Amino acid sequence: MLDLTYDLPKIKTIAGAKHDWELVIGMEVHAQISSSAKLFSGASTKFGAEPNSNVAFVDAAMPGMLPVINEYCIEQAVRTGLGLKAQINLKSAFDRKNYFYPDLPQGYQISQLYEPIVGEGEVLVELGDGTARLVRIERIHMEQDAGKSIHDMDPTMSFVDLNRTGVALMEIVSRPDIRGPEEAAAYLAKMRQILRYLGTCDGNMQNGNLRADVNVSICLPGQFEKYMETQDFAHLGTRCEIKNMNSMRFIQQAIDVEARRQIAILESGGTVDQETRLYDPDKGETRSMRSKEEAHDYRYFPDPDLLPLEIEQGWVDDIAASLPELPDAKKSRFINDFGLSDYDASVLTADVESAGYFEAVAQGRDGKLAANWVINELFGRLKKEGHDITDSPVSPQQLGGIIELITKGDISGKIAKDLFEIVYSEGGDPADIVEARGMKQVTDTGAIEAAVDKVIADNPAQVEKARANPKLAGWFVGQVMKATGGKANPKAVNELVSKKLAG
Amino acid sequence: MSDLNKLGLAQARDALRKGDTTSVELTAACLSAIEAAGALNAFVHKTPELALDQARAADARIAAGDAPAMCGLPLGIKDLFCTKGVPSQAGSRILEGFLPEYESTVSQNLLDAGTVMLGKLNMDEFAMGSSNETSVYGNAVNPWRRGNDDAALTPGGSSGGSAAAVSADLCLAATGTDTGGSIRQPAAFTGIVGIKPTYGRCSRWGVVAFASSLDQAGPMTKSVRDAAMMLTTMCGHDPKDSTSADLAVPDFEAMLTGDIKGKQIGIPREYRMDGMPEEIETLWTQGTDMLRDAGASIVDITLPHTKYALPAYYVIAPAEASSNLARYDGVRYGHRATLGQGDGITEMYEKTRAEGFGPEVQRRVMIGTYVLSAGFYDAYYNRARRVRTLIKKDFENVFADGIDAILTPATPSAAFGLGDMTDADPIQMYLNDVFTVTVNLAGLPGISVPVGQDKQGLPMGLQLIGRPWDEGDLLNTAYALEGAAGFVAKPGKWW
Repeated sequence: MLDLTYDLPKIKTIAGAKHDWELVIGMEVHAQISSSAKLFSGASTKFGAEPNSNVAFVDAAMPGMLPVINEYCIEQAVRTGLGLKAQINLKSAFDRKNYFYPDLPQGYQISQLYEPIVGEGEVLVELGDGTARLVRIERIHMEQDAGKSIHDMDPTMSFVDLNRTGVALMEIVSRPDIRGPEEAAAYLAKMRQILRYLGTCDGNMQNGNLRADVNVSICLPGQFEKYMETQDFAHLGTRCEIKNMNSMRFIQQAIDVEARRQIAILESGGTVDQETRLYDPDKGETRSMRSKEEAHDYRYFPDPDLLPLEIEQGWVDDIAASLPELPDAKKSRFINDFGLSDYDASVLTADVESAGYFEAVAQGRDGKLAANWVINELFGRLKKEGHDITDSPVSPQQLGGIIELITKGDISGKIAKDLFEIVYSEGGDPADIVEARGMKQVTDTGAIEAAVDKVIADNPAQVEKARANPKLAGWFVGQVMKATGGKANPKAVNELVSKKLAG
Repeated sequence: MSDLNKLGLAQARDALRKGDTTSVELTAACLSAIEAAGALNAFVHKTPELALDQARAADARIAAGDAPAMCGLPLGIKDLFCTKGVPSQAGSRILEGFLPEYESTVSQNLLDAGTVMLGKLNMDEFAMGSSNETSVYGNAVNPWRRGNDDAALTPGGSSGGSAAAVSADLCLAATGTDTGGSIRQPAAFTGIVGIKPTYGRCSRWGVVAFASSLDQAGPMTKSVRDAAMMLTTMCGHDPKDSTSADLAVPDFEAMLTGDIKGKQIGIPREYRMDGMPEEIETLWTQGTDMLRDAGASIVDITLPHTKYALPAYYVIAPAEASSNLARYDGVRYGHRATLGQGDGITEMYEKTRAEGFGPEVQRRVMIGTYVLSAGFYDAYYNRARRVRTLIKKDFENVFADGIDAILTPATPSAAFGLGDMTDADPIQMYLNDVFTVTVNLAGLPGISVPVGQDKQGLPMGLQLIGRPWDEGDLLNTAYALEGAAGFVAKPGKWW
């Protein structure tokens, strides 16, 4: 297998009043682990349940209740680490992050500060223009999600829904290797793609199952290179963390707005405070979440209710052996084995289902033709109807059948589109349909010749014109196609028309 | 039979099996003793109807020949244990009105063994205290008095209600919990036996947490045999507690032979404290002699990091407590302060916790918050954890050298007067734990056995510390000591 190689993307700069600034971005992606039970309780994680119906005693932090780790969630975190080519730590530990909030019943979140389960890894982020950035992963740790506070149900009271409390999250922390808003969005998209391939997170951003905290700082050109050389953050600017983003579009806007805010501060002689901020898409600004006086001291310490987590290399190896083919490998294989373009391979590997569909169509057939049909005809049609590849009315076998008829020369490309329409809306076996409805292409030159002769004989005036201007031959081709109900082999028609007009 | 409430567990079990009495009779005797002992303030939530129902069910099982190990034996349960449908307040106002919908594993184990619950026992608030004076219910009172002096004495803490109840024969035995000495110190102050097993022996599930890495439940009983019997029932692996040990529990009672010939008993020189009362010193020497006379060899040992144990304990325990007690916020259960106009969530937290927690709990929450805070974490918490490792290593070293058990005083004095410490520096009160906290820090089993009385007639106890997971051997040594000491005194009834 050939590894794909890419150029580095151009670093995005923002022009300030005095000089250009570069962006430095690191992301903390919070991915809800796909698990039917919570991280430390047996309560269900089903989305959209009645408020406070998926709550075990430990989730509600009843007195004396204790957390017990969900082994399945550990497996998913390890699987994710392996998918990001990361170091798996056979010993990790849980810590308590202490703060008060009504949707945090324990008064602390169980997380992994000091000894995370996954260490350093990397992600290749393609930007779609032939460039890609390799983003380093610093760590992945497991932690509990918080519940939801609801402030708009009553004018004087707030309500709390603990359904989400204790749901397992992975926090995937990148190094500050992302250099612009587009790269940030592409990074999150790639992360989402990998997680969905692995099956460790469904990637549903609307439900909040995938969201990100984005750390943004700015620096003068040249500073980032010094940081990379030394890994000394002193070369970089002070960062601000924009919390809880769950839209690719808003992430890009927020980064841009935040960078410009920081530039304005620095260029007017001020200093950027390290703080957490929220993005307000309506106003197009980021706002400080809390004043310095309210800044949290989380008082992290090892959770004495949980023993250190020790896993065995053999168990990790078993998980590694069960990993699916991941996007980079699949894309590379599609390019190499099916002769696809980088773009087509990217589109087809965007998710496992599309890739699987394509492979079923392409197997033993013309890969490029299969890619064209899947991307242009099928995806286009599905999108129009609001369908997804998983509920496509056309099966890979059916689409493969259509492609076979084209390759064999039984039908023309144009007829094939009609056939696709029939298969899409009525179903059926493409070959049977072609047979039953007489859609087979006429390659019998005698029949075509007769049709050509008739058109030439019926239109002497046009013949004169066409002889003067060979470009008008197309009109004759059209007439012949019309007369044969579109079934004539267009190539044969072209050749005959040219010959007859010339003769 | 008369005075059924004065029986121990093993005696009552045998009487039940022989048909000499019934669980209903035993239970009724205890209930009337409890009714007559209001002055001791030991029981804070009584469950007489539940108890009699359980007693009747137990009698039916005994009659059917289907009696589990502790069938029909009436117990008191420390208020720290969550008991289904029965108030469980941990001695705190903040859990006012809280009725658990679940039963702690340890109390469930006891129920499964056929025991009868008489009610919930007084304790220091959240098990923080050595005198029972931090309880929201007001302190329990020690049934023992100094000679003819009628000054009220502390039963110790935090399991003071349990100790007073067992000592005054209000129940046959009681559960306690021990984070820094909360079983062993009150046992010593009231002339009863109390054992804290190895950390991980008893499930902590359903026991209100004080300091999770130190908390252990254990029995408080009238004899070592009773302790062995009850501990066997209380222990066992619990998948609901990740720190619970997946080890088989032997029948500890069956391991009581009284034969300790050839055992090596360590006497740690660091436990000989300046200013220790002479009577404690003498008691320790007497206990040493008793074990030697029983055939054990006595070895001087050193546990060099002992002096750092108390400060380390008073960093680690409050640190964990500050986090464990964060859940008491008035949002979901227990006390919530009445809020004023314009009060928000911050005011709700502040007012609720200020009203709901007493001063000692507030002090420890503040200490714990401080030692975990940024900039102090390494200097306090991490340092205390390192000390803890060294203390553990001290014990490992002596056990590796062949020591079977270590004999120390249980407390630096006999029971003191209620109110005596009110104006003292809190450190004075913390010093009560000086001999016991090392055992919690090291996760070891420790037992307090009544061995003698001071000049004023107050009971005094010695502590034996055993190897981890070897409670059977420890109990057997305690059994030998108990036999040699022959402590049979009971408090004169004044209540």
